[in-house]
Amino acid sequence: MSHAPLSPAIYGILAEFDSPTDLVYAARAAYAAGYRKMDAYSPFPIEEASEAIGFHKSRVPLIVLLGGLLGGLSGFGLQYWINVISYPLNIGGKPYDSWPAFIVPTFEMTILFAGLSGVLGMFALNGLPMPYHPLFNVDRFSAVTRDKFFLCVEAADPKFDVVDTQRFMESLKPLSISEVPH
Amino acid sequence: MQRGPEGKTVLMDVPWPDEPPVLGPGQTFGSMTDTIADAVLTRPIGLGWLAGLAIGMGLVAILMAAVTYLFLIGVGIWGINIPVGWGFAIINFVWWIGIGHAGTLISAILLLLKQTWRNSINRFAEAMTLFAVACAGMFPLLHMGRPWLAYWMFPYPSSMGVWPQFRSPLVWDVFAVSTYATISAVFWYVGLVPDFATMREKASHPFTKKVYGILGLGWRGSARHWKRYEALYILLAGIATPLVLSVHTVVSFDFAISIVPGWHTTIFPPYFVAGAIYSGFAMVLVLAIPIRHYYHLESMITMRHLQNAAKIMLATGLIVAYGYFFEAFMAFYSGSTYERFMMQNRWFGPYAVFYWTLILFNLVIPQVLWAPKIRANTRWLFLISLVILVGMWLERFIIIITSLSRDFLPSSWGHYVATRWDYAIFFGTIGFFTAAIFIFIRIMPAISIFEMRTLLPEAEVKAK
Repeated sequence: MSHAPLSPAIYGILAEFDSPTDLVYAARAAYAAGYRKMDAYSPFPIEEASEAIGFHKSRVPLIVLLGGLLGGLSGFGLQYWINVISYPLNIGGKPYDSWPAFIVPTFEMTILFAGLSGVLGMFALNGLPMPYHPLFNVDRFSAVTRDKFFLCVEAADPKFDVVDTQRFMESLKPLSISEVPH
Repeated sequence: MQRGPEGKTVLMDVPWPDEPPVLGPGQTFGSMTDTIADAVLTRPIGLGWLAGLAIGMGLVAILMAAVTYLFLIGVGIWGINIPVGWGFAIINFVWWIGIGHAGTLISAILLLLKQTWRNSINRFAEAMTLFAVACAGMFPLLHMGRPWLAYWMFPYPSSMGVWPQFRSPLVWDVFAVSTYATISAVFWYVGLVPDFATMREKASHPFTKKVYGILGLGWRGSARHWKRYEALYILLAGIATPLVLSVHTVVSFDFAISIVPGWHTTIFPPYFVAGAIYSGFAMVLVLAIPIRHYYHLESMITMRHLQNAAKIMLATGLIVAYGYFFEAFMAFYSGSTYERFMMQNRWFGPYAVFYWTLILFNLVIPQVLWAPKIRANTRWLFLISLVILVGMWLERFIIIITSLSRDFLPSSWGHYVATRWDYAIFFGTIGFFTAAIFIFIRIMPAISIFEMRTLLPEAEVKAK
């Protein structure tokens, strides 16, 4: 029985650049050349970089919104259930459903749930924590947390070809090019 | 303000001519990374740092002893009595939580307003917030008398079948402060993740590398990750902004919802929030001035930061002054005997010395900040910040003690004198705060490295 190998021999080809401008132009060129499975790496957020690799919209805001709604509803629901249904107390003749008094905990629960779901959602969507990643096999890649910028075209891309892609990457005039082993 | 593309007005921090820059000259991505990371990784532990930590830990030891005695004997070792049931515990709680607010203001509100100068001070300001909230949180717990039952404050299905009473501002406080502590902690940690990755790559000792590696979660600077990260960061700032305003508002509700003379007033929420930011910025300066000096960070925490902080103190100080003025005005305008007496008692009563010191420290002395020369002098800024911190503590003392000790019925009047245990616990928390800050600047990058990189002109994508 012969199967195609589940994973190609390498993860991708990594090119190193000296400035965010070079990185973004290289990423745009790679996108224009038809590559889609690729990623840009940088020591700080570059808005243009995610645009250049064709990643336009993150789902984080939606998660924050849903988390906030859930938090607000459960915060208010909790207080309503406690003060009206489970444990009604007459406090100075105020109505059991003293909704204005419930606003503060409702608000705080909205913020708490929105914030926590946003943080967990962001890390989950990013697949973090991820202690191992093939890119860490490339020694030069450690400069991505310092002052260097990288573009990696992944072998999983249908257009990927070790020789052609490498030639294409060289045309982008990077500082260095490395194959990323698994 | 500045004209941006398409003639739109853009909120930006634009220096006047001759104003000091946000970033000193000659910096590169690499040099900034090294300066900030090496302060943690390669700088030897100095005598000054050890001495500072020793003082902090010494005070923490006193705190431990005082708390142990408190648990053995009870809150009777404090100066609190009937009618003054709140005493130092609540004064210190309000003071500490207020100090924390400047951290959130710097990290969240200034981020939303695109005040990029904040990038070099937000990290330790957030740390300051966390430690200040930790100090604040101790006081209500200790004040309970039976702190081991603190979880009764939270709504949980207990075998007793009882639930918290949600019409009480004290329960709101539980929600506000615990949410604030949680959101501040995650905001801080999220900001640290890319920097932990930097520390992971820079650390040479295998153990240090491993610890930073775990904390850095395997961050690799992917553009997709950054996109989600930025979206989250700005949203966290967006929700932390109303949160920080709500926290001191809720703290002020602890007073304003009651009917005690001097407390039952609608000006409390804005005036508490302004006072919180006032004292918080004073603490930021008290920390920033020595840190930039001893760690040679003058090119990142520049005079511009200190001057901006001084201006914010001046502005919030004036809001606080407005609050004091209207407290006095309304006391007489209200026509209420009790309110009027409350004000006269503050001015001429047994605590008048504290009141006038407070006016001197919070209103009079800080006015020297109008002078650009004073704002440009770090020694003066440091001293004035200390004065404001004391002044804001006195403000809470006056609000709590004068009102409680002289309420409606002369037969129930009392007098409050703090005991040595009150002072031991108060100074103990200052020691806790100091020790925590000292430890923090040795184990984590005290300035946000990745946000500093974005300040360089090279960080912008230019047209080719």
